[in-house]
Amino acid sequence: MIQYTLRRLGLMVVTLFGVSVAIFLLLRIVPGNIADILFDSAGLIDPAEKQQIIKDLGLDLPLVTQYTHWIVGLAHGDLGYSYVSEKPVLDEILPRIPITARLAGLALLFAICTGVPFGVISAVRQNTWLDYMLRLMSLAALSMPSFWLGLLVLMAFVNWLGLLPIYDKAPATWGAALLMYGVPAATVGLRSSALIMRLTRSSMLEVLRQDYVRTARSKGLSEPAVTFTHALRNAVLPVITVIGIETAFLFGGLIVTETVFNIPGVARFLVEAIRWRDYPMVQNLVMFIAIIVVTVNLIVDLAYMFVDPRIRLRT
Amino acid sequence: MKRSRLWLAVVCLLGLAQPALAQKQGGTLRVTHRDNPPSASILEEATISTDMPFMAVFNNLVVFDPASPVNRLDKVVPDLATSWAWSDDDRTLTFKLHQGVKWHDGKPFTSADVKCTWDMLTGKVNGKLRKNPRKTWWFNIKDVVTDGDDTVVFHLYDPQPSIMAMFAGGFSPVYPCHVPANEMRTHPIGTGPFKFESFKQNESIRLIRNPDYWKPGKPYLDAIEYTIIPNRSTMLLAMATGKFDLSFTSDLTPELTKSLQEQVPTMQCVLQPTGTQGNLLVNRERPPFDNEQIRKAMVLSIDRKAFSDILSRGIFEVGGANLPPPEGFWGWSKEYMETVPGYGADVEKSREQGRAIMKSLGYGPDKMLQLKVTTRNIPDYRDAAVILIDHLKSIYIQAELEPLDSSVWYARLARKDFSVAMNVQGTGIDDPDVQFFENFLCGSERNYTSYCNADLEKQFHQQSQMKDIDARRKLVWDIDKKLQEDGARPVVFHAKAGTCWWPRVHGLNIAMNTIYNHWRFEDVWLDQ
Repeated sequence: MIQYTLRRLGLMVVTLFGVSVAIFLLLRIVPGNIADILFDSAGLIDPAEKQQIIKDLGLDLPLVTQYTHWIVGLAHGDLGYSYVSEKPVLDEILPRIPITARLAGLALLFAICTGVPFGVISAVRQNTWLDYMLRLMSLAALSMPSFWLGLLVLMAFVNWLGLLPIYDKAPATWGAALLMYGVPAATVGLRSSALIMRLTRSSMLEVLRQDYVRTARSKGLSEPAVTFTHALRNAVLPVITVIGIETAFLFGGLIVTETVFNIPGVARFLVEAIRWRDYPMVQNLVMFIAIIVVTVNLIVDLAYMFVDPRIRLRT
Repeated sequence: MKRSRLWLAVVCLLGLAQPALAQKQGGTLRVTHRDNPPSASILEEATISTDMPFMAVFNNLVVFDPASPVNRLDKVVPDLATSWAWSDDDRTLTFKLHQGVKWHDGKPFTSADVKCTWDMLTGKVNGKLRKNPRKTWWFNIKDVVTDGDDTVVFHLYDPQPSIMAMFAGGFSPVYPCHVPANEMRTHPIGTGPFKFESFKQNESIRLIRNPDYWKPGKPYLDAIEYTIIPNRSTMLLAMATGKFDLSFTSDLTPELTKSLQEQVPTMQCVLQPTGTQGNLLVNRERPPFDNEQIRKAMVLSIDRKAFSDILSRGIFEVGGANLPPPEGFWGWSKEYMETVPGYGADVEKSREQGRAIMKSLGYGPDKMLQLKVTTRNIPDYRDAAVILIDHLKSIYIQAELEPLDSSVWYARLARKDFSVAMNVQGTGIDDPDVQFFENFLCGSERNYTSYCNADLEKQFHQQSQMKDIDARRKLVWDIDKKLQEDGARPVVFHAKAGTCWWPRVHGLNIAMNTIYNHWRFEDVWLDQ
């Protein structure tokens, strides 16, 4: 098991190196650079001032030198300065991480807490009105674009409760925080919940037809014990994989939700940084998201071993 | 036109009505903001995104009368300058300055700060500003000298009465000499009614009351908070529910303004010219557009009323380079405008002339001229470009839309890497000097089409030196007519947009001919 974990850690390093090279090169291949964009609001480009900016930002250095500066700085915890705000990248990123983490965490919690039980119910009550209703609802949740759903939710809150759950300043109370994060989390988590529900259902249906489930029933075990102890544990493996993928998505892909609910999180900031070609900011944010993704993947792989003894024994 | 006059009257009445109420101290004014400002340094930016939130941190030498709904030369009043005087030859302008004024960091304000600011703006001190987008405004300043701490003298090459309008603009604050320019981009220090507290990228800007403000009793507000809400739908809901007191200036299209007022009938809103105009750029150095006749035919194809009707249900104004009346002071009268080719009421007649020109050049229904209309890939630009493409069809031009990402738009214009482009651009002050020197001077950075007419350039300088307003306006109209006839940069529309606020906001005066100059908030107070 230790050998397996070490091998996975080694793969993580290789993956992150690949990501770092890819993001570094991709950013420089895209047309437009920060020097041009800084002049955007001026409506003109002064060639002399532009050259000075390029020099000041070190963009006239060879690409290899620029890459080395970045990676060496990253290894020493120095992420550089934002080209736009001229503040340390770390100072810009750090306050946004907890915001996105809270939102993503709550969304994931909502998705698991609703998706898994509804998936189990739907499978156990296969082809009943309850199953049809849950399947219909999950299909609807998967089909609704989150920006549209988000706006509908906001309008519903305004019309029925007379309040608008958007992030206009850091929440002062638990209640305010729950409203500010809970509503967008539920909105974005709905899609993940539907996905988890459908996967849990199909996985459960397959497991419920297995011989060992029939054996458990014939031994006289109660239906909840059969369902949750024997069936669900075996059906949960693919669900864990999806939860891992969704976690990664939720950390980097919340742009629409953050925009609609005006949440100053990582995703919205990343998109804005890409628009500005703020290389230090984009490179470090993407690396941060990449680290989250590979770490979650590692955790998922390790979780398999705990959930399924067969995998543990094989490794 | 009638609607605009009605708004002007409403604003005037509001302005007159407000002083009757007793101002209340305290409260935080909550304002929406449309996007993340590129920096906090007004001198280095040319966008309202920076100007509006940070103007309250600063003072100018002079300002446009905050109580007046129009920004004009005769409405300029003192700010940091107590008085000013012109020399007999009108080439020397002397400002007497307030004494005892302190910067927000406690250091005293002196004439050296004024000199230092304009030395940066005129390029005499290089390297302090990262960008200097309004260098052309100050082309006429020969030298700035101080005479003690309380007097500063501007020596001009030629007389230029309207330089006072530029001093009064929101884009001309006085900067402190002792604060580095890079710090001004992230933590501005001024002498204004509000101190900078924080600027969180993509999140918020917060200013707090300057308790040592040199104008006694002002400001009334404790703080001003701008929350950056890029999503229009979210912003509208936030305004409608009262989460915010004031919307970002001219952030609402005419339709959205109407919609917001229908949702909240007590909401106060004005539609005002944004200072931006849509114009057609034709690269006169690139064949076949080096042929004057093709450029003329293109101008004749434009139906300006259709642009206004489609883009704003008839709210956008039609005019030349200068903002048309009633809001604009220097634009053509309706009668004069009808004498300008392509501006007549009979669009079909103009297009017939355009088709005749194109036929004489060998084009026709069977041989259309193929081209690309380049534009910036944002709705304001793209929508106008699509209408232009439709109009060009009427003179045998088959155009294809080439939308460009904002990151490359100005770079392409600067390289003159386009044939035909649809452009939308803003002007900070309703004054011909700003308009002509920024956009039509031979070799000016913003002269995207490389239009250059030496005779007309002499007239630019001639109008700039004129004191007689009526005579100057007559010359300005003629210059503008010549620019449109030459297809220097045919103006297609002057945009308008809405600003709304809740009735609890008092003392707010919205100028009708600019969006850039009225955001000091020192007279604003909240009734709550």
